[in-house]
Amino acid sequence: MSKEVFELEQRTLFSNTWIYLGHASQIPSPGDFFTLDVAGQPVLVLRDLGGEVRALHNRCAHKGAKIVTAESGRLEGRFLRCPYHAWAYRFDGELVSYPLKDGYECTQLRQSEAGLGLRPIAGFHIYRDFIFGRLSPEGVGFNDYFGDILQTIDLMVDRSPTGRLQIEGGVLRNVINCNWKLYLENINDSVHPVSAHESAVRAAQAVLKDLPADAPKPLAFEQILPFGQKYAFFEGSGGKVFPNGHSITGTRFSVHSGYGNMPEYVAALKAAHGEERATQILERSPQNCVLYPSLALKGSPQTIRVIRPIAVDKTVIEAWNFRTLDAPELLFDRALTYSRLVFSPMSVVAHDDIHLFEAQQSGLRSQATHWVSLHREFEPSELEETTRESSGTNELLLRNQHRAWARYTREDGREA
Amino acid sequence: MVTNEIEQFLYAEAAMLDDGRYEEWLALFADDGRYWVPLQGSSQSEESKCNSIADEDKMMLALRIERLRAGIAPSQQPKSCMQHVLQRPMAVDEAFLNPAVSVLRTPFTYAESRGDDMVTLHGHYIHKLVRTEGVLQIALKRVNLVNASSRLPMIQLFP
Repeated sequence: MSKEVFELEQRTLFSNTWIYLGHASQIPSPGDFFTLDVAGQPVLVLRDLGGEVRALHNRCAHKGAKIVTAESGRLEGRFLRCPYHAWAYRFDGELVSYPLKDGYECTQLRQSEAGLGLRPIAGFHIYRDFIFGRLSPEGVGFNDYFGDILQTIDLMVDRSPTGRLQIEGGVLRNVINCNWKLYLENINDSVHPVSAHESAVRAAQAVLKDLPADAPKPLAFEQILPFGQKYAFFEGSGGKVFPNGHSITGTRFSVHSGYGNMPEYVAALKAAHGEERATQILERSPQNCVLYPSLALKGSPQTIRVIRPIAVDKTVIEAWNFRTLDAPELLFDRALTYSRLVFSPMSVVAHDDIHLFEAQQSGLRSQATHWVSLHREFEPSELEETTRESSGTNELLLRNQHRAWARYTREDGREA
Repeated sequence: MVTNEIEQFLYAEAAMLDDGRYEEWLALFADDGRYWVPLQGSSQSEESKCNSIADEDKMMLALRIERLRAGIAPSQQPKSCMQHVLQRPMAVDEAFLNPAVSVLRTPFTYAESRGDDMVTLHGHYIHKLVRTEGVLQIALKRVNLVNASSRLPMIQLFP
């Protein structure tokens, strides 16, 4: 609720931890780029002439103009040139030319901050084409931060027999008038669908009533109807938490488990990954995997959501789709349909979610109490913050996020 | 050429939405009719594999209408209402492809209000109208938003 706390989060949590920047398939060729803001700071991600992916601060060393203002595209030539005063940089950020060079002879430009050119993001790591960055020079290492939750990325990638995913189909962008934490909590809140999504599920059921019972259901209805499962389903679906706020819901089964697989695709996966691994990949369709605090994966429809905090009460949610390479077209169709049905600004499922996040944002202004309840299924032993299994409806999945929040919002950068 | 009948049809269609006469509106669609809000606005081709903000057949439209009718959606407390403002439609010449289809382009402004909040959208419609047993029907209503690719707030009704 407080602007000061939001600014603290940007300075600490969103700078000291590993934030999802994008996917390498968005920039397949040298010169390809995309831009984004991380912790309120402009960042440019590009593929250099040697084919290496780099992330630079998108700010001219001269007078601070954002150098690349397009959202994505391909850079012409071999240099990044600021349109303001023509300072030019190599794709690795090195300053190579600037006009009126004589005027700098007796200055110490080359020894100054400006002489360093465009700075790379301090921490940078690509995991199976998922690009992450950490703004702070110091902080937790990539593998220490994510640990075993990275296996959920493997599950998505290995759905391709050749282990390759391709971002396609455009990005749906929602702006929501709520704090980012309310959105992120809800991703692994399996208790809300019963009440919050009743309106969409009941409407789907009502429309289908007129259909003969044996008629095949349209893909869209197949994806909406499972939201109508009962509490026992979500409780039994299973959850798992990991250190640093990461979590999974639907470890045993999920609303995505019922999606059928084609025999030839199953055979291709078994040939590529072996019988055991192929079965594991196909049977694990977690509802959601949260890579705290910026990324949520949906392994079965092959979509991801990216959480971009804009202000204390404003959050942008991006929904991207993967084409699973060397897999049937149906997988991509499922991704497109799912993100359109559930993550679009016109989604009949999301409208009730978004309304409720915004209702929380305004409800929490109440001074009746400063507390919310996340008591469900608390056990003292969870305070050790180790990897542990839980029911699908345990609010540990949410408490775990806030414990990471408390650890990484420390102003002095030290872990608590 | 845009006949008076076609022009009045488009105005009446928008008025049905503005008045909340959804069943009547749905009946304007042909059986295989489509309501489409492409994610890339007017630049998205019909064959493109790009996603859409909405891409509904008659069944999905019926779902939306049923949800609004049932009155249990939290996001409809308070209810949303809308106002379309249309410019006169212009004929898009595709008659050489299929003389039985009329294609119209209609610039619009759309306001959707809920409580004290208002969402305003701008763009143009492409309507493909067909005549089935003498009755004019919507084969396609395509909504080309000028800011389709931007971040958008929730849009609950029918731009």
